[in-house]
Amino acid sequence: MTSDSAVGSDAQALLGVEDLVVEYAIGRLTVHAVSGVSFEIAQGETLGLVGESGCGKSSLARAVLRLTEPHSGRVRFDGQDLTALRGEDLRRMRRHMQMVFQDPIASLNPRRRIGDIVAEPLVIARVTDRAERERRVGEAMHAVGLDPDSVSARRPHEFSGGQCQRVCIARALVLEPKLLVCDEPVSSLDVSIRAQILNLLEQMKARYGLTMLFVAHDLAVVKAVSDRVAVMYLGKLCEIAGAMELFRAPMHPYTATLLAAIPLPDPDAPRARSLPIGEPPSPVSPPSGCRFRTRCPRADARCQREVPVMRAARPGHQVACHHPLQEPREARS
Amino acid sequence: MGQPLLLLDAVGVQLATPRGPLRAVDEVSLALEPGRTLGIVGESGSGKTMLSRAILRLLPPNATLTGSVRFDGRELTGLGPEPLRRLRGRSIAVVFQDPMTSLNPVLTIGTQIVETLQVHLELASAVARARAVELLSAVGLPAPEQRLRQYPHQLSGGMRQRVAIAIALSCEPRLLIADEPTTALDVTVQAQILDLLAREQQRRHMAMLLITHDLGIVAGRTDEVAVMYAGKVVERAPTRTLFKAMRMPYTEALLAAIPRVDAAPHTPLAAISGRPPDMTRLPPGCAFAPRCRYAGERCTRERPPLRDAFEHAFACWNPIDAPLAEPA
Amino acid sequence: MAAAELTPALEAVPAVRRARLGMVFWGAVIWIAMLVAAAAFADLLPLPSPTDMDMLERRAAPTMAHWLGTDSLGRDVAARLIFGARTSLTVGLCAPLIGLAFGGAAGLLAGYFRGRLDTFVSGGVDVLLAFPPLVLALAVTAFLGQSLLNMTLILGFLGIPVFTRVARSATLALAQREFVTAARALGATHTRVLLHELLPNVALPLAAFLLVAVAVTIVVESALSFLGLGVPPPQPSWGSMIGEGRENLDSAAWLAFTPAGVMFVTVLAFNLVGDTFRAVTDPRRSAS
Repeated sequence: MTSDSAVGSDAQALLGVEDLVVEYAIGRLTVHAVSGVSFEIAQGETLGLVGESGCGKSSLARAVLRLTEPHSGRVRFDGQDLTALRGEDLRRMRRHMQMVFQDPIASLNPRRRIGDIVAEPLVIARVTDRAERERRVGEAMHAVGLDPDSVSARRPHEFSGGQCQRVCIARALVLEPKLLVCDEPVSSLDVSIRAQILNLLEQMKARYGLTMLFVAHDLAVVKAVSDRVAVMYLGKLCEIAGAMELFRAPMHPYTATLLAAIPLPDPDAPRARSLPIGEPPSPVSPPSGCRFRTRCPRADARCQREVPVMRAARPGHQVACHHPLQEPREARS
Repeated sequence: MGQPLLLLDAVGVQLATPRGPLRAVDEVSLALEPGRTLGIVGESGSGKTMLSRAILRLLPPNATLTGSVRFDGRELTGLGPEPLRRLRGRSIAVVFQDPMTSLNPVLTIGTQIVETLQVHLELASAVARARAVELLSAVGLPAPEQRLRQYPHQLSGGMRQRVAIAIALSCEPRLLIADEPTTALDVTVQAQILDLLAREQQRRHMAMLLITHDLGIVAGRTDEVAVMYAGKVVERAPTRTLFKAMRMPYTEALLAAIPRVDAAPHTPLAAISGRPPDMTRLPPGCAFAPRCRYAGERCTRERPPLRDAFEHAFACWNPIDAPLAEPA
Repeated sequence: MAAAELTPALEAVPAVRRARLGMVFWGAVIWIAMLVAAAAFADLLPLPSPTDMDMLERRAAPTMAHWLGTDSLGRDVAARLIFGARTSLTVGLCAPLIGLAFGGAAGLLAGYFRGRLDTFVSGGVDVLLAFPPLVLALAVTAFLGQSLLNMTLILGFLGIPVFTRVARSATLALAQREFVTAARALGATHTRVLLHELLPNVALPLAAFLLVAVAVTIVVESALSFLGLGVPPPQPSWGSMIGEGRENLDSAAWLAFTPAGVMFVTVLAFNLVGDTFRAVTDPRRSAS
């Protein structure tokens, strides 16, 4: 169990994930998407989860909400063991935890009207009073910056990606959930729209008192909205720390590699560098011991033998590495 | 300065759509010197991809091309299909965004490279194979001989893109058009691919047209940048000048709206209000005016022309005047 | 800060492209409408009975009494055509509906739940498709006799596997889409997801396919009637009329060609309407 958190010790953990394992079969092969991940998110906190493609972060996000069934491990939400719930109990729990997906247009049923789509959670939650539903739908739509009168009767294909994402956010918030999981919510949007949606998410977090799990591959986007950030590689967490701290002084070599590879929009900044060692291994047969060892300049025999355990290296900063970096990297201008 | 390798003069691409004519590219004029890199930056709908397609006339059937495209002094727009075909892949090569769709999934990697070499350079097959192995190792693909026998789906995204680059470079082109070459790739692989392109470019003294929406890539990898919006070039400058002394409000807004990895968390982002324009219903004045914080009355009425001030061109009635402070 | 997008700038693109619905489409619709009306209200039309044999007027050319002439047994051709339309349309519409109901449901469930249900359904479809349809028709008619009902049931049953495949592939494509995951994330039951999310999207390709299936069924029914396996005489059917007309090709060729012509136009009409429907609904409201 993770103990340290960058948030004060009196803040309760709303979400606790213990040793979560997600695997799925492709033909005869097993893909080890998530291999024993543990973390906590305190009430009112945003945890950013960052990693490259194939690291398992989307599988993790879905498993936390039990949209895919975890192979083993436990998820504790608001004091309840989510993984043990079944049927109607699980469905009722879903009201309190919602998700925003990557492709906003694909997340909306093309045959239904926007008003019905945003009202759907209320219908499922058995809010039978029509007027009440309309009021709450209107409120949610106003909150995300849409005008219910001009938008409700139309269909998703009439709107742009950014507007559809607003609809998705409205739908996720209409039941006023406690936890919002965002899985790459801005990756498929235009650059100029991303900032709007990120600002919107921050506003919604403040307005509804949300706790957020924000999954993305873009470190700058994750840093902009997160309190703490977790870095994931090939199914395992490498490092968890406060957002500022992680980017200023990463301890895991993989995190340092990621940061060095980001091109900054500043011609005077040092050019983005990358490791010369090529491609990540496949999640079907991850390397023994530390999974990053095949591309790590600091790897040795111990890294091959022993799986590194996540432990607190500094207050509020946990890392799973046998040879973590100690010096803060030079600040990038 | 010698003759530019690529010269575009008032190039326009008009598409016929059910909702009316759409000027995807509107009066674009650019020049690219041999061995230099020009970055074209824009969001979706800005026309940057259509522009790159227009150079090689790889346009959809409902498109009309106007203007002049001169490559090495030769006019391309009126070229017949046979000379154009000889040009494509040989003197001008393209790398697309998604290597999975730009490579033929039912042919082996080897067949695809060798075919290109045989068609363009008329090499004998044994020579072509040897050259293919050379190319694959030059692009950093481990175990190149084995790769020749593999199919695209057996490789990862980064490796496929390297193959696509190898095919593009196989005939020693003088100009490489890279259309969002790393957008579909992870950031660590992206840096490797961009390094590879830069290295090959230097080695072969090749000019490159780098099309992207990512200002970070543009900042570190280009000599000159052209910013496109709604089908037009709205600003064009040497890279450093663009970032330090931009004149276009759109460029400024775009830069301000990007989350920065060196900024503090929870810094509110200066989002650009509104949405990219509907290209079939463009407003009469400046296309960016509805979203521009400096927009004046003239901006909504009259379209600003692209003004050339030394090497820095911009199209704005209220350009930003003071250059940004130099870093300490 | 985040902008309030109060009015969507994009206007609604018209769901139906006006250019596609030309004269031919409307001609087809009118033909079908007229045929259905005539078949439904055949009893009210001023026609002689289709079974009345007028032995003096056998193989007669069109006259005022017999608008399209008479066949080899003196029966009025026009009346037989219209009553025959009843047969063809009844079977042609009801049999595919059986296929749609059972096949569509099976395909929807198989595509959504996957796993063993899918294996079972797909296996069943393969078995049914391997069945020689003519042999089945022969067997059923031999045991249960020839009738309109039996014909409808046989053809309905034979149509189930094709509808299952169409429904299943449409569902497979959709079930992975994020709006289905989103519905489950909201706590929707499986029933709700199937009825509210999947069915409205699968219904369109199924409906388009239904119209084409109607056309095919009419042809198949006529073929079976031609072979003598259809509705028993003296009840008229286009297929049996063509079969009877075959013997009179040298003396009264119109006896075979008139029902063939009417059938041709009807099948073409259904195909055109089905095609147009598919083209109009597929790209715009595309679920795949």
